[in-house]
Amino acid sequence: MKALVTVKRVIDYNVKPRVKADGTGVDLANVKMSMNPFDEIAVEEALRQREKGVVTEVVVVSVGPAKAQETLRTALAMGADRAILVSTDDEVEPLAVAKIIKAIADEEQPGLIITGKQAIDDDSNQTGQMIAALLGRGQGTFANEISVEGDAVTVKREVDGGLETVKLVLPAVITADLRLNEPRYASLPNIMKAKSKPLATKTPADYGVDTTPRLKTLKVGEPPVRLAGIKVADVDALVAKLKEMGVA
Amino acid sequence: MTKVLVWVEHDGATVKDATLSAVTAAAQIGDVIALVVGSGVGGVATSAAQIAGVTKVLVADDAIYANALAENVAPLIAGLLGEYDAFVAPATTTGKNVSPRVAALIDVAQVSDILSVEGPRTFTRPIYAGNAIATVESSDAKLVITVRGTAFAKAEATGGSAPVEAVGAGTESGLSTYVGAEIAKLERPELTSAKIIVSGGRALKDAATFEATITPLADKLGAAIGASRAAVDAGYVPNDYQVGQTGKIVAPEIYIAVGISGAIQHLAGMKDSKTIIAINKDEDAPIFQVADIGLVADLFTAVPDLVGKL
Repeated sequence: MKALVTVKRVIDYNVKPRVKADGTGVDLANVKMSMNPFDEIAVEEALRQREKGVVTEVVVVSVGPAKAQETLRTALAMGADRAILVSTDDEVEPLAVAKIIKAIADEEQPGLIITGKQAIDDDSNQTGQMIAALLGRGQGTFANEISVEGDAVTVKREVDGGLETVKLVLPAVITADLRLNEPRYASLPNIMKAKSKPLATKTPADYGVDTTPRLKTLKVGEPPVRLAGIKVADVDALVAKLKEMGVA
Repeated sequence: MTKVLVWVEHDGATVKDATLSAVTAAAQIGDVIALVVGSGVGGVATSAAQIAGVTKVLVADDAIYANALAENVAPLIAGLLGEYDAFVAPATTTGKNVSPRVAALIDVAQVSDILSVEGPRTFTRPIYAGNAIATVESSDAKLVITVRGTAFAKAEATGGSAPVEAVGAGTESGLSTYVGAEIAKLERPELTSAKIIVSGGRALKDAATFEATITPLADKLGAAIGASRAAVDAGYVPNDYQVGQTGKIVAPEIYIAVGISGAIQHLAGMKDSKTIIAINKDEDAPIFQVADIGLVADLFTAVPDLVGKL
């Protein structure tokens, strides 16, 4: 069966985002961009399922600007078989991304769709669930471990109280949490090889999806600044402070 | 008046605190109708009816809702939204699992993790791990929203007396089944509602050292225990201890960060705590930039010393 994995080009997780002075967004000019870390985990999981013989082909998709090609090449260098770029310079909300992925899934008929659980730029945590809704499939969100047996996938999920296990009928949608796996690094030969792997370029219109945002961003501002406090000299001084707060 | 359905988070017996914050947020949007979904949840419905500000309780009590499987629950809510104007859920793992599925079913863009209600359709929400705050306005006919619990005061759990009304159950989706759960039995306060949290980082070395160092301090303070992603990844503690952008968002009265350097992803989960105390031997650790009280010291001597002196 095929696995379809979604990847997003986002600000690198080590970079501290700066809000633009005019309040229109976050300054992304000359900022290091990378694959959303949760999507790397999603790609890795698809590759592992292929190595286990469960998955036969790993197709990666990104909805974003032309530069998202680099992100797709990274996924190809990790080992994905081919890529689809749905090219648009507009900001595309999770709902529209989900509609595009649904259209692609209708064509590709993947047994597994794996997404990162959230993108670290908009922190929405919606796309996987929305894809599952639109396709009428089961969803294994915040996956910590997955195993495919026959026509079902068992998903151990990270939930507030600990871990929960659900069994989903295939095809199904999985969203990757942090501890699903540790993604591999692409080797230099694989990076070279990735350059010749197939990458198709499409547009949202090719899939008949209107990406007009439903949410209008009125302003992007700085969070309230927390001022650094004091340093205490030793444990006794800390105990005194705690006592002042009525704790001890 | 806007009629707002609020997801009641429960464990089958009691209403979870996260619900109370969601009720406060929902009350700023319109009339609050509490929605209790589960199996054998009559008691939960009775409790929900007492939450101050709740005008009505809807109960969908059926075996298919026993474990809040999104595949069964989302169509129920989507159906109710024919009659109601908004769906508000706490941003718990259940809320985050179910809400986007509801939103997609009714073709609405969800507003995730709101921090404030600025107008009938305008909200603020954190982006980039809380390094920026976006003010967004929805243009959809219906609203689907998740609420960051730490950003809203809890509604009073008692004092109300709303009528309870049963709603018909839907059908089993056939897409998913619940297998089981490994839910830790907590002997201490829950992370998201604790007044004091003691949190440990990678510097704690291993699971045994984490336990031996952090637990006595938490016990002494009656605190919940949290951890950085590094400590969870290294296997010192289970995943549900994680505080951060993608773990739990907490805002206790006092947050004590022990051996945590303060990556932005961790700060995103705790920087709204009232008082932050950091113990770290690296005086340049970023955690000191947000800490109200910092102690530059070796945690392996400072923490036991602190426990002894409290």
